[in-house]
Amino acid sequence: MFIELVNQYPLAAALLALVGLGAVFGALLGFAAVRFKTEGDPIADQINQILPQTQCGQCGYPGCRPYAEAIADGDAINKCPPGGETTIAELADLLDVEAPPLDAEHGEEKVKAVAFIREAECIGCTKCIQACPVDAILGAAKQMHTVIAQECTGCDLCLEPCPVDCIDMIPQEETLHTWHWTLPDPLSPKVELIATDASAEQAA
Amino acid sequence: MRKIFDFHGGIHPVENKHQSMQVAIRQAGLADELVLPLSQHIGAPAQAIVAVGQHVLKGQVIAEPAGFVSVPCHAPTSGEIVAIEKRKIAHPSGFTAPCIVLRPDGKEQWTDLHPTPDYLAIERHELVDIIRNAGIAGMGGAGFPTAVKLSPKPDTKINTLIINGTECEPYITADDILMRERAMQIVAGAGILAHIVQPDEVLIGVEDNKPEGIAALAAAVAESQAEIEVVTFPTKYPSGGEKQLIEILTGKQVPSGGLPIDVGIVCQNVGSAVAIYDAVVHGKPLISRVTTVTGEAVSERGNFDVLLGTPVSHLLAQAGYEKKRNRRLVMGGPMMGFTLPDTSVPVVKTTNCILAPTEQELPTPPPAQACIRCGMCAEACPASLLPQQLFWFAQGKEFEKLEQHNLFDCIECGACSYVCPSTIPLVQYYRAAKAEIVTLRQDHEKSEQSRLRFEARQERLEQEELEKNAKREARKKAAEARAAQGGADEDPIQAAIDRAKAKKAAQQSDTTKPESEQATLEASIATISKRLATAQEKLDTARTLGSDLVDALQIGVDKTRAKLEAAQLKLQALSDNEKPATTSTPPVDAAQAAIERAMAARKSAEALTPEQKVAAQRDKLQQQLEKATKRLEKSRESGEEEKIITALESTITRLQSKLADLSSAGQDS
Repeated sequence: MFIELVNQYPLAAALLALVGLGAVFGALLGFAAVRFKTEGDPIADQINQILPQTQCGQCGYPGCRPYAEAIADGDAINKCPPGGETTIAELADLLDVEAPPLDAEHGEEKVKAVAFIREAECIGCTKCIQACPVDAILGAAKQMHTVIAQECTGCDLCLEPCPVDCIDMIPQEETLHTWHWTLPDPLSPKVELIATDASAEQAA
Repeated sequence: MRKIFDFHGGIHPVENKHQSMQVAIRQAGLADELVLPLSQHIGAPAQAIVAVGQHVLKGQVIAEPAGFVSVPCHAPTSGEIVAIEKRKIAHPSGFTAPCIVLRPDGKEQWTDLHPTPDYLAIERHELVDIIRNAGIAGMGGAGFPTAVKLSPKPDTKINTLIINGTECEPYITADDILMRERAMQIVAGAGILAHIVQPDEVLIGVEDNKPEGIAALAAAVAESQAEIEVVTFPTKYPSGGEKQLIEILTGKQVPSGGLPIDVGIVCQNVGSAVAIYDAVVHGKPLISRVTTVTGEAVSERGNFDVLLGTPVSHLLAQAGYEKKRNRRLVMGGPMMGFTLPDTSVPVVKTTNCILAPTEQELPTPPPAQACIRCGMCAEACPASLLPQQLFWFAQGKEFEKLEQHNLFDCIECGACSYVCPSTIPLVQYYRAAKAEIVTLRQDHEKSEQSRLRFEARQERLEQEELEKNAKREARKKAAEARAAQGGADEDPIQAAIDRAKAKKAAQQSDTTKPESEQATLEASIATISKRLATAQEKLDTARTLGSDLVDALQIGVDKTRAKLEAAQLKLQALSDNEKPATTSTPPVDAAQAAIERAMAARKSAEALTPEQKVAAQRDKLQQQLEKATKRLEKSRESGEEEKIITALESTITRLQSKLADLSSAGQDS
């Protein structure tokens, strides 16, 4: 009976079959979209993971998260001076695009620095506290303020609001803990085959 | 005979060990100054507990450990603490680090020692404490606190205790000479260690290029009748690496990223074993070590028993160092050591060798050439890594791939660089890449922390904003509610009473406190004169500086002065008026009287019947009418303005009509 009908109206049968398939897969996809819905924007999250989280706003966005979202929406990836080339390379890797050089318009890559308040000059106005994006400044009205060095991201945002200019950005010096071997320069005539070959000239 | 295993790769560099094995251990003697870095071990630096100028005895604790992975530091000899400052230390960076500087007095006075010869009688954790307090950190070169290695988790079973006497790196003979001369101590130390960790077996692993050492150890073991096996195996670099030695002796491989304890093994260096013996049996802390001084640029090659903190220059002088023959001075061996930045750096707990080779002996390698992909490095790698791949990734800074290729299993032995026909400094690449990955990880951790703080702050600000808005909304609603119900049902008389009361209170405070007024005036005069003084001062400084503000300041001063004068005048007037003011009659309480009248009227009105009320009203109206008529007559007589007269007339007619209404209403009722 059914086979007869199919044989009689091959066109209608084909159409019916295709529509039926379409309906079944459509329903499946629709179910999957509801059932396995992802919260938020996973790409923006991944980009945010790569950004240095200094929250300095040099990119023109109020923090790293907004910039991450902007990148996910197609903004340029070279607007982050604190991250520098490393971050650009990582972003390019993630988004599978060419790594452009750092956009000088937004600043240059600088040595990492930590804010320091010259405490004798601080008048306790709390303006820097309000400006700090990571709550790294401790103090209260008319009380001396101080920077929690470990939490400071070196974003410079506290410099501008200070009415007495008592905040310095102190570049972080290399210490015994931060020192490490550098990659040998393949073009250098001075060769360090093994560790004992390091800086032969300096030897006593 | 025990089965010996082999590990992958390895090399056979020229050993060059005989040069420093010709003589017995010598004493290096006392240097003029001992420099003791607070961090001679892996972990947190110790904290100095002595003060500059303090006299200390030999073996006295001068720095206490800061945390679990840390060890104390002891005075190597008696003397005076002359400084606690940053000094150059033995580190490839050539940086300075906090050090305690001790000037020996030459008396070698020991502090009180607490030996525990019968160590079997005390608890094992107490033994571990003794080892920690003696400041012992791995003497093989890594400097990991020994006590930490000996404190595994309670349920860990230790199968094998290995005493490492391999000393596979060329030139170094410090462990070899220890085995020859202090085999008894090594065996005794191994006994103490065995008592602490309770292993199934105790092995002392020695390469077969040290026959005298092996013989001495075997004799010592036989004498002590301890259950210790001395295991000999073929010489190959780097069989002294912890993981390689474990594989040789047990056939077990330590998992990638794991520790020997994960396969039930504890490894200790022979030097550490001697130090443990001294610490437990003699109560002596770790204040000296045996260091090899060798290389063709020193004439008296050999091993020295040297106090920790002794400057390398002093040690070299003892060994007959010829500076001009030496190209570079190396701390450690030729494979894994590093070039010293300066001879003033001190010998520390991990210094096993000072190597002063001539240029012929350890020539500067030729420049690196391109990698020819020969694969010799992979054959030599004792950790079974792919050095070539790692090299490419390190060059391209592909850190993720480096980690995938187990870069962190690299022990930096230098075998790959040694065999490389293109003389590529492979280990340098790995060291740099490792360090960079660690830095990146730290940066990442920090940025994660910053992100959390930033997000917490954003959330807090939002919350504050919401709360503010909610409060504002609530206030607005309350005000609206008040406005809606306010005034409507308020008693006009009550309101009047309130007003009058307020007025009266104000009056009273005005009249009864003339003295307080005077006080306020006096106070204000004081502040104004103070202000005047500061303003004057400012004006003067501005004048001397020639500031543009002089005019403005002048005006300010004048104004303040005028204010002051006015206040003084007022005060004068007040004190003049004071007497009459106090004697004047008490003010008539008009408000109170009016209130009483109003209240009385209200009460009487309430008491009346409607008829009486109407009658009273009529009387009142009649009175008013009479008053108005009289006024009209008066106005007419005095010939006042037309306007007033007509107004009065209209009032009278209105009053008359009201009266008529009232009387008719009274009749109706």
